[in-house]
Amino acid sequence: MAENVDNAQKYSPFLLVIILIFFVLSLAALFIAVESLIEQADALNSYSFLLVGFFGLALSIYMLLQSRGKPMRVTLELPRVITTLECPKCDFKNVRDFQRDDYIFKETGSCQKCNETMKITAIYREAKKKES
Amino acid sequence: MLSPTIVALLFGGNDVIGWIVQIGFLAFFVIFMFYGQRFQMMVMLREVETHLTRLKLIRDDGRKKALDTIKEIGKPAGDPTERIDQFLEYIAIEPQNMDPSGIVWKLEHLLDVRDVRFKDEVKLMAPEADEAQINNLENTLEAAMALNMIYKVIRHFYLLGKKTLSLYVIMQIQMVLPLIMKQAEAYAQALRAFSLGQPIGDGAGALVAAKLMQGHKTREIARDVVAAEVPIDGRTAYVLKAKGPGGNVGKPGEGIKKLIEEKKGKISTIIMIDAALKLEGEKPGEVAEGVGAAIGGPGVEQFKIEDAILKNKIPVNAIIVKQDIGDAVSPMRKEIFDATDPVIERIKRLIMERTKKGDNIIIAGIGNTIGIGQ
Repeated sequence: MAENVDNAQKYSPFLLVIILIFFVLSLAALFIAVESLIEQADALNSYSFLLVGFFGLALSIYMLLQSRGKPMRVTLELPRVITTLECPKCDFKNVRDFQRDDYIFKETGSCQKCNETMKITAIYREAKKKES
Repeated sequence: MLSPTIVALLFGGNDVIGWIVQIGFLAFFVIFMFYGQRFQMMVMLREVETHLTRLKLIRDDGRKKALDTIKEIGKPAGDPTERIDQFLEYIAIEPQNMDPSGIVWKLEHLLDVRDVRFKDEVKLMAPEADEAQINNLENTLEAAMALNMIYKVIRHFYLLGKKTLSLYVIMQIQMVLPLIMKQAEAYAQALRAFSLGQPIGDGAGALVAAKLMQGHKTREIARDVVAAEVPIDGRTAYVLKAKGPGGNVGKPGEGIKKLIEEKKGKISTIIMIDAALKLEGEKPGEVAEGVGAAIGGPGVEQFKIEDAILKNKIPVNAIIVKQDIGDAVSPMRKEIFDATDPVIERIKRLIMERTKKGDNIIIAGIGNTIGIGQ
């Protein structure tokens, strides 16, 4: 059981402009690299531009993905709380989910076996395996 | 073997790109030499900002939950939003401590005034709520208040850090942020538990007392404190706890003091049971024993107990149930619930070892009794 509260994160126009410039420059570097490779001009410069272009492209895509307007979530785990009812006469036990107004030692409901008024003997949070 | 092209590419050749790479490296070092601290500060500010956004969401969610609960239980005639918002900003000014003599009574008076004022406010917000529900709603609003305060303090340091651009202002808040976030999440859980009236980990002591007083007549010995006379192995145990099942800690110090006065100081021993914070690595629900007044809070009740036992030279024993801050304010864990039976065994063993037949004993179950009757 979990409750989420959503809130959209704001875009930063400044960051978007930087990413765009970075992206355009990377594409330009790649274009120069491909052009010089086709023309078989200076090999060192071609590979350098290719490397710079790919690196810039990867970086700008990464930055764009990171800055996406992901909704921020607050997830509060709501633990399952168990109420145990016991019959004082025949010791019959009934385990159910907690309900508002339950409290330990409250007399509530009648026993399915002997019709005696049952008493809440335990209310606790269900243990999770990962909890230490 | 690396080809000359790759070597030139990585370590810089005599071409334009090589020069650019070398200038880039040089610029990188120079920039970091002068602006490194500022970059570090920006990273820290960003981290604080992220946590602050989360804190705001937790705070707003808590406020909404408190508002919904008041509307659901209290059925107010008008909209209680404005009153709740005013309540969240409520302050209590501590008494002046330049002359510490008598400060306990001044603090007690202020706490009493605060408590009465809170209850009156809640009654006005939730006219249909009964006594137990008023206590639960009061606890719910106090948790919402705590969340509001945490958010505002962190926001204060964040804005102060931004304004002064002081690394040390930002650093001190950034370093404690994980602990603060843990605390805020614990309060958020507590708020839910209070709004539903579920027993919390802090109620371990109250639960032990409630188990002991089952089937015995109870009376209100002090404000919001009930006591029962319970025979245990030929001794008379006066078991007391806060009045449940509403969220309440009562005034156990006042209760113990009155019982000692009633018995004219003829009390062989006092046994106090309370929840206590565990250290990392310790298991929740671990039981430990010792001496001293096992009671938290602002210290007024502890002072009263220590004062009363000193006058009458009464030994005081403590039994604690260990848990972390999150467990203390969230719905009671099974381990903590299960720890109450070993605690009762320890109480009986202590009574057998430390008292003789016919003695009077006080057993005080300390803690918030929300969701625990008597």
